[in-house]
Amino acid sequence: MRYLDEFREERDIREILEKIRACITSPVKLMEVCGTHTMAIFRHGIVKLLPEKITLVSGPGCPVCVTPIKEIDKAIKLSREKGVIITTFGDLLRVPGSNSSLEKERARGAEVKVVYSTYEALKIARSNPRKKVVFLGVGFETTVPTVAAALLKAHADGIKNFFVLSFHKLVPPALETLLRQDGLNLSGLILPGHVSVIIGSRRYQSLADIYHVPGVVGGFEPRDILEAIYMLLKQIQNQEARIEIQYQRGVSLEGNKKAQRYISHVFEPFSSSWRGLGEIPLSGLKLREDFATFDGEKYFDLEVPEAGEPEGCCCGEVLRGIKSPNDCPLFGKRCSPENPVGACMVSHEGTCAAYYKYQGRMAL
Amino acid sequence: MIKERRDKRILLAHGSGGKLSYELIEEVFAPYFENPILNQFNDQAILPIEGIDLAFSTDTYVVSPIFFPGGDIGKLAICGTVNDLAMGGAIPLYLSVGFILEEGFPVGDLKKILRSMAEAAKEAKVTIVTGDTKVVNKGSADGIFINTTGIGVRKKGIDIGGDKARVGDKVIVSGFIGDHGMAILLMREGLEFQGEVKSDCAPLNRLVSQMLDTSSNIHVLRDPTRGGVATVLNEIALRSLVGIRLEEEKIPVREEVRAACEILGLDPLYLANEGKLLAIVGKEDAEKILETIKNNPYGKNAEIIGEVVEDYPRKVFMKTRIGGTRLVDMLVGEQLPRIC
Repeated sequence: MRYLDEFREERDIREILEKIRACITSPVKLMEVCGTHTMAIFRHGIVKLLPEKITLVSGPGCPVCVTPIKEIDKAIKLSREKGVIITTFGDLLRVPGSNSSLEKERARGAEVKVVYSTYEALKIARSNPRKKVVFLGVGFETTVPTVAAALLKAHADGIKNFFVLSFHKLVPPALETLLRQDGLNLSGLILPGHVSVIIGSRRYQSLADIYHVPGVVGGFEPRDILEAIYMLLKQIQNQEARIEIQYQRGVSLEGNKKAQRYISHVFEPFSSSWRGLGEIPLSGLKLREDFATFDGEKYFDLEVPEAGEPEGCCCGEVLRGIKSPNDCPLFGKRCSPENPVGACMVSHEGTCAAYYKYQGRMAL
Repeated sequence: MIKERRDKRILLAHGSGGKLSYELIEEVFAPYFENPILNQFNDQAILPIEGIDLAFSTDTYVVSPIFFPGGDIGKLAICGTVNDLAMGGAIPLYLSVGFILEEGFPVGDLKKILRSMAEAAKEAKVTIVTGDTKVVNKGSADGIFINTTGIGVRKKGIDIGGDKARVGDKVIVSGFIGDHGMAILLMREGLEFQGEVKSDCAPLNRLVSQMLDTSSNIHVLRDPTRGGVATVLNEIALRSLVGIRLEEEKIPVREEVRAACEILGLDPLYLANEGKLLAIVGKEDAEKILETIKNNPYGKNAEIIGEVVEDYPRKVFMKTRIGGTRLVDMLVGEQLPRIC
């Protein structure tokens, strides 16, 4: 797999680190927005290689983590209904709702199946015509096109027992909300690579224009991440605020037009609630009227009580970048991957999960 | 007895071989059965009986799918128990086999499985000497489940166990990691590159004998099945009260497996192996033992992947390819249920 090694050569890495060291003068705080970046940074042990003047904070870029408890409760409620098969990506299984999780419901007899794609969920619907098969749509712009494609297929084939609960979220509106909050003082943003493949880098222009924060769309290999950091430092040094693309091999200014058309054909933006960030206008996606027959929100009774965050849990602050997992009183004590309290400890892209898995409570 | 909360139930993750499996054994099973032999928590019990050390081990196989590239549930059931005995330094001799068959299971498939069990037993030089069969109603089991129990003998003086890793020891893995877990995953998910990765399922008793003939300086032997290399090394670090430091660059991972891991977001350190062993050995003999392993057909790609250290006792950590350092924790949750 030469393609991977190319981005992981220790010698190249040292060169970029030298360049980074050479252009850093005062302390900077950079946010890696995407959970996959967070994981990569920990998995490759990047933090300890960087000069101390660079602080990396994680952003709201883990789809499972930003899904509010109320939405999890809806999925749990639905899983208890007779004749319903819940299909979901594995990450959501263990996320605690107010008083249960899909994993626990499955142990009690609920039909909850882990799938790797929406098409697989559709296949389950076809082979179980008497059951109602619900796909839990959690994810950002990256995964939405495939959900849209599956819905178009279901529509074309006249499938009647397939539903989607759309908890999908859009990244740019959340970043604007984040930059509006006080006390964060970000010097720059490492923007998500995969999301940007779909939406293109132009969508972030307002972050630079209105909030004067530089942004670089980065890839996920160690060299990509370090290059993105270097490009940000250069902008900071020159007192610029532009949106640049480091991840040139995947991302363009305009993004993937075809995927964008799929999304807007099936979904429309609406006001959506984020864990940690609250209600954000036009930051979620719901099914358009033409696809109402597939809309789980409309078909099922999903009334659940309002749900508060678990006591002591700092997921909200962690997602806003104002607290690190180590600042949370529950981290590594009451909250661990085997007994998670908050979603950030569950998802494999969650910040707390990354800290716990790759660093634990020790300073490596 | 403390009354359990009614909502506490067995989760699939309790069978994953990771943290929850460990907790289930320690907290639920051990209090009922505890005794000095069981409390060693090795994959086999060593029973000193009238001048010989008898090794005794049992395992149950529920893998789905039952036929996979590189093997099937039958081969797995023989190799798994043979390997559990071998990892205690014992020579496996006799096996029992127990079957739970689901009503409607094709006899043709059963014969295919039995044939591969016979072949594996022949290769491992073990004899199947007793057995049992139960048939349950359709829906009460998934096709076929197999239990095998084995006994073997261990030469006097061999002292191998999970608590015997010492600072300075080297950590050897006998070849590419993650093949079995990935083969099952790819097949189960119907992913396109399935078939390119084969399970490594194999009996390792001959390899272990050769290693023991080479050196008496072998402290720990384990086969990293469920939970993978990461979980097994964590168990060793915990029981030996030492730190284990790995070098990412040295860990052999087949290119196909590495690529599939990147695509699926998995870590090969947590994928199951069914024909690999981890050896923790005195550093003086490490090269010699590595040489012996490499000369065995099942150990061609063996490497020294790390060492036992004083730092961070009870933890496993790794120098990454790019020069960073990170923790390597036990498996949490289910990476994939029913892999063996």
